[in-house]
Amino acid sequence: MSLFLVLEESGGKISRLSWETLAAAQRLTSAEEIVAVVVGADTAALAAEAAAKPVGKVVRVEHPLLERYTADGYCAALHQLIKSRGPAQWVVFPHTYQVRDYAPALACRMGQVLIGDVTGIEGGAVFTRQLLQGRLNGSVRHHENGPCLVSVQAGAFRAGEDDAHANAEPAPIEVFTPTLDPAQIRTRPSDPYRESAQTVDLGSAQRIVSVGRGIKGQENLPLIEALAQALDAELAASRPICDSGWLPLERQVGSSGHTVAPRLYLAIGISGAIQHLVGMKGSECIVAINKDPDAPIFEVADYGIVGDLFEVVPALTEAVKMAK
Amino acid sequence: MKIIVAIKQVPSRDAQVRIAPSGNWIDETDLEWAMNEPDAHALEEALQLKEKHDGEVVVVSAGPERVAATIREALAKGADGAIHILCDDLGARDALGVAKLLAAAIQPEDPDLVLTGLQSEDLGLGQTGVILAELLGLPHATLILHVEKIETGIKVKRELEEGWFQSIEMPLPALVTMQSGGNKLRYSTLMGIKRAKTKDLRTVTAVELGVDAAPVVTLEQISAPKKQKSTQILTGSPKEAATALVEKLKTEARVL
Repeated sequence: MSLFLVLEESGGKISRLSWETLAAAQRLTSAEEIVAVVVGADTAALAAEAAAKPVGKVVRVEHPLLERYTADGYCAALHQLIKSRGPAQWVVFPHTYQVRDYAPALACRMGQVLIGDVTGIEGGAVFTRQLLQGRLNGSVRHHENGPCLVSVQAGAFRAGEDDAHANAEPAPIEVFTPTLDPAQIRTRPSDPYRESAQTVDLGSAQRIVSVGRGIKGQENLPLIEALAQALDAELAASRPICDSGWLPLERQVGSSGHTVAPRLYLAIGISGAIQHLVGMKGSECIVAINKDPDAPIFEVADYGIVGDLFEVVPALTEAVKMAK
Repeated sequence: MKIIVAIKQVPSRDAQVRIAPSGNWIDETDLEWAMNEPDAHALEEALQLKEKHDGEVVVVSAGPERVAATIREALAKGADGAIHILCDDLGARDALGVAKLLAAAIQPEDPDLVLTGLQSEDLGLGQTGVILAELLGLPHATLILHVEKIETGIKVKRELEEGWFQSIEMPLPALVTMQSGGNKLRYSTLMGIKRAKTKDLRTVTAVELGVDAAPVVTLEQISAPKKQKSTQILTGSPKEAATALVEKLKTEARVL
């Protein structure tokens, strides 16, 4: 049975997460059964990139009205594609903001329910996803006949480094032109924009000290700043801190902020919801300081101190200074 | 402008969660409950729109008896009325099943705008709003920080990844799912709490709404996550632990 793999573009190329999603798709079916799908107004370059990967076929879903993403356009186009190609067993997406915006509606249109944010495949039609901000895992089963729609969390599957078989022929490429009417597209999106010039580059920082809800109030931030200074590290934060306006948005690490991979990442008073973990788990060495020994942050930490950050952080700042 | 806000009651953030003997949900005995935080931001946005443009804010929430406390909180903050969809089997319904319940309750209200949080803090599906839009036949936008009324409908500020934003215009009626952090939550006042008691709280059951529970996907089992790394926990007094950590970072991890 066939599998539609919906790829996403980032900076003119297929995104890295899309290739991780291919790795998940390969666990569900054989390469020949995978139909890679690229969507847009001109997808020639993306399709060629996809055709070099171990997939059975590439379909270019192309229409001038798909130039800019809209939920209405993507839902209609992909629904038509899936219906036209006979029964598919799987439709697999990267779990991105864009997919979250339309895939649940696409599933609904087919009487299905997307199994979103999947971190593991348990076999059959059972998938693992996180619950309660990462504190528990859930096993979710798909029951219905008809396609099972799944979106794959970043970092859950390893993208094949060399799966572009050097000698293999590129996969055949087809064009699918959906029937779209401008009146169907009800939303009018603008170009993406940034709020303000970036003054800090977390992406290239070697050391990051990151702070979360555990800090309790803005007045306590100097405690963390002192440690960051002693370590010669950049200061960062989890979402709630930036939401409260205690630190600027440009210092936020996580799925809605920056993805970082420093040599040292110190997470202080951060419980470790999946949205935060995806932004920092690629760090070389992760240290967690948290009062809750069951906090999910300890699942990815190399070193941990379970304790009150208001006692541990000043002691750590002292110890760092002493060791210099 | 008539605004419906769909809210969910979830275990409070600091609640200790234990796996129930059934193995497919958490033990709800003695659990503390709270309004889902993104839903609280949706309610706040609705209240601010009402204050600016007049109109009415009605909250709708599905769940057992205990959900009434969260509905009262929304009324105390300033919602004008509420619909409680009484059902004891919310956990047995998938995202489509819950959205069908909400759609059946919302449709007759004929709202101009439906707001809800982008996801719940317990299941974290992030789908209910989008499915609800599809069922109600409304245009939608997700991960919204701000809603502005314009002549042709609304203009919303959408959060994208990596610090990017986008504005989207759409006609009304529409559905928007709110990201947290775009507005500042208000507290309920004593006066608000007093007034809430006199406000219109309607109760309707899933059976009355004519929605069955047959799910497409089910949560079969829950479990504690497996560790991805073996974490060295450093013990002792804060000073001892801190000293040991610095030593490890220097000699073992070699990152200092």
